[in-house]
Amino acid sequence: MSQSQEEHLYAARVPIFPRSVKGRFRNVKYGILALAYGVYFILPWLRWHRDNGPDQAVIFDLKARLFYVFGMTIHPQDIFLLAALLTLAALLLFFVTSVAGRVFCGYFCFQTLWTDVYMMIERLVQGERPARIRLSKQPWNREKILKIGLTHLLWLLVAFWTGLTFVLYWGDAPTLFVEFFTGKAPFPAYATALFLTATTYVMAGLAREQVCIYMCPYSRFQSAMFDKDTLIVSYDARRGEGTAGRHKIAKGYKTREERHAKGVGDCIDCGYCVQACPTGIDIRNGLQVPCIQCALCIDACDTIMDSLGWERGLIGYYSEHRLEGKPTRIIKWKTLGYGLALAAVVGFMTWLVANQAPLDMHVRKIRQPLYVELADGSIQNSYDIKINNKTSEPVRIRMEVKGLPGAKADFGRFREVRIRPQHYVRLLGKVSIKPAPGVSKRQEFSFRAVPIEPADLPEVEAPARFFMP
Amino acid sequence: MSTDSNKPAVQTTGHAWDGDLQEYNNPLPRWWVWTFYATVVFAVVYWIMYPSWPVGKSFLGGVKTITFQTSSGQEVTTHWNMRARLLHDLQNGEEAVKQREYLEKIANSSFEEILSDPDKLAFVRSAGKVMFADNCAACHGAGGQGVIGLFPNLVDDAWLWGGTLEDIHTTISQGRRGYMPAFPQFAENGKVDNLADYVLSLSGEQGGDPVSIKKGEAIFQGEEGGCYYCHTKQATGMKSLGSANLTDKIWEIANVPGAKTYEEKRAEVRKVILGGIQREMPSWKGRLPDETIKILTVYVHELGGGK
Repeated sequence: MSQSQEEHLYAARVPIFPRSVKGRFRNVKYGILALAYGVYFILPWLRWHRDNGPDQAVIFDLKARLFYVFGMTIHPQDIFLLAALLTLAALLLFFVTSVAGRVFCGYFCFQTLWTDVYMMIERLVQGERPARIRLSKQPWNREKILKIGLTHLLWLLVAFWTGLTFVLYWGDAPTLFVEFFTGKAPFPAYATALFLTATTYVMAGLAREQVCIYMCPYSRFQSAMFDKDTLIVSYDARRGEGTAGRHKIAKGYKTREERHAKGVGDCIDCGYCVQACPTGIDIRNGLQVPCIQCALCIDACDTIMDSLGWERGLIGYYSEHRLEGKPTRIIKWKTLGYGLALAAVVGFMTWLVANQAPLDMHVRKIRQPLYVELADGSIQNSYDIKINNKTSEPVRIRMEVKGLPGAKADFGRFREVRIRPQHYVRLLGKVSIKPAPGVSKRQEFSFRAVPIEPADLPEVEAPARFFMP
Repeated sequence: MSTDSNKPAVQTTGHAWDGDLQEYNNPLPRWWVWTFYATVVFAVVYWIMYPSWPVGKSFLGGVKTITFQTSSGQEVTTHWNMRARLLHDLQNGEEAVKQREYLEKIANSSFEEILSDPDKLAFVRSAGKVMFADNCAACHGAGGQGVIGLFPNLVDDAWLWGGTLEDIHTTISQGRRGYMPAFPQFAENGKVDNLADYVLSLSGEQGGDPVSIKKGEAIFQGEEGGCYYCHTKQATGMKSLGSANLTDKIWEIANVPGAKTYEEKRAEVRKVILGGIQREMPSWKGRLPDETIKILTVYVHELGGGK
């Protein structure tokens, strides 16, 4: 009786020891890594003078409910900006995926970036792939303990620095940094830093490609955006296998002519592409879910082809159409659609940023009582008015009522109101009318806040209703 | 795994009874087991930190303590518990400290200063709203609209006892007793109707018989009724007595605005003249802290716009 192997939904991790490669894509990846790390780790330390507000270029001030990003101040009311940004990111991801596959995974995803750094540390301490394999098989002696221990220590340091840097975005970085190490920082700072230390260490150090295979939702749905014109890292099987499959370099299989005569392809089965793979797959088996399209196998294969003097590109960015010998179309309805949607969101965001209202006003009718009759027989309604100064300068405004003939408005002693930068004021507005025959019981009108200083601010209007018995 | 032949071999407990009877063993997933162990460890730590097991008539208090002030100002340190935590937060919480700061500011400011400072006024309006709802709304209504015939409307601009800040402060702290005697003797010969016609005419209500109004005026301004003792010759009322201004459009007791016909309006006024008025606003001094009364004063003043 033969029992077929159960196909498990989860496979315990088999350690992978990727061999390092050199080449074009590797250099691009180094560049992106340096840029991303530079931005992430240096940004919170950048100073930026503000007259009213923290002197940090990028700071997310939760307590004041203000996000400062260089010259921009983002208020809670600007939540649409965040929504637009997220939409933009999603569309960009879809667009790029439909054109060039998992570019995000391979070059920009922080899982890839941090794993890359962790692998570099590994190589630095433990040596190249064979040395690492030897070390892992070795019994736990002094050398192994020392080397593995040092690797994990360095990993933890990177993880901690990552976590700490994240925390520094939410407060004044130099102050928070000192507070953090003198035990004076707020509890959430420690909790966040430690949590991110733990996740970074576990994800980039221990789980690695398992994050991509089992945790990442994007890796599961990205294939929905693929088509036969999408550029994917793939092995040119027609060239590599020929008609008789691949063959190692051996007697009678040395030159291309000899090989082609025997029907053997250009792949010399050296296995460098497999060894270089950070997720431990064989790209020659075709497109696979674990492949993050980091393009390191391209560099590996190109190195071998160069040394043989054969042309590059046995592994490369090819579409399925190209592999079938058909032309690849980049411009098609799908990419056009994504492109248009992307342009629309970019336009919307630019408009949002350019038209951030410096003042905003909200009026709430006080409904209990709805109205009241005054001694002289006129009818009075009351309103709760909130005016927000979103600029970083003090603003002086004058309150007016518009569109209600014969109305008397009373704002207490504050016909002229001074609002501190990034603050709001609440006013009680009382509006009264002498009832005349033929006047509607419900009238629409608006409150106006007219800036006096600075006078070039646009005035704001807020709608309100007036009720009469 | 679609067909039975693909079914994996299931682990058994390893023991066979009666030769071939075996028991399947499906161990729990590892993550589940470890999570379970973690909760066990958590529970033990929790027992040590916080109140947990009953011991006889007492209980294990746990090592964690909390310090708070009792209402008599005594510092007490006790085992950690939620009630102490609440008291502690009410005294030392970030919001409590902030509020105390504002309350002190209010206590040290004059009415004028509060009214001219948007920041303080905003605090008074939001704090006052809650204080008003807790202490005043039961009679005066949540928005201060009152109940006609029973409790004064605080949103309009008529103030029986004066609408200045000082007057309102006195009213709240000392209370008021509103009184108008009943005049049942006018029920005869339609005198009460004459009076009612006159009173209605004072605030411009149309429909009264001119002769009746003349008679009413004679009673009101003369010694027979003596109404002018309290309501004054001009019928504008007196702040010191809390007597109503009868010439304005506002009706405190007689529900004239709610009546449809002139007859009904007159009936409302008649009821007041024959029955009199007796109302009381309690005194709040001693029942409310001084700064609460101060905040309520400004709040009520703002409701009606003061005078």
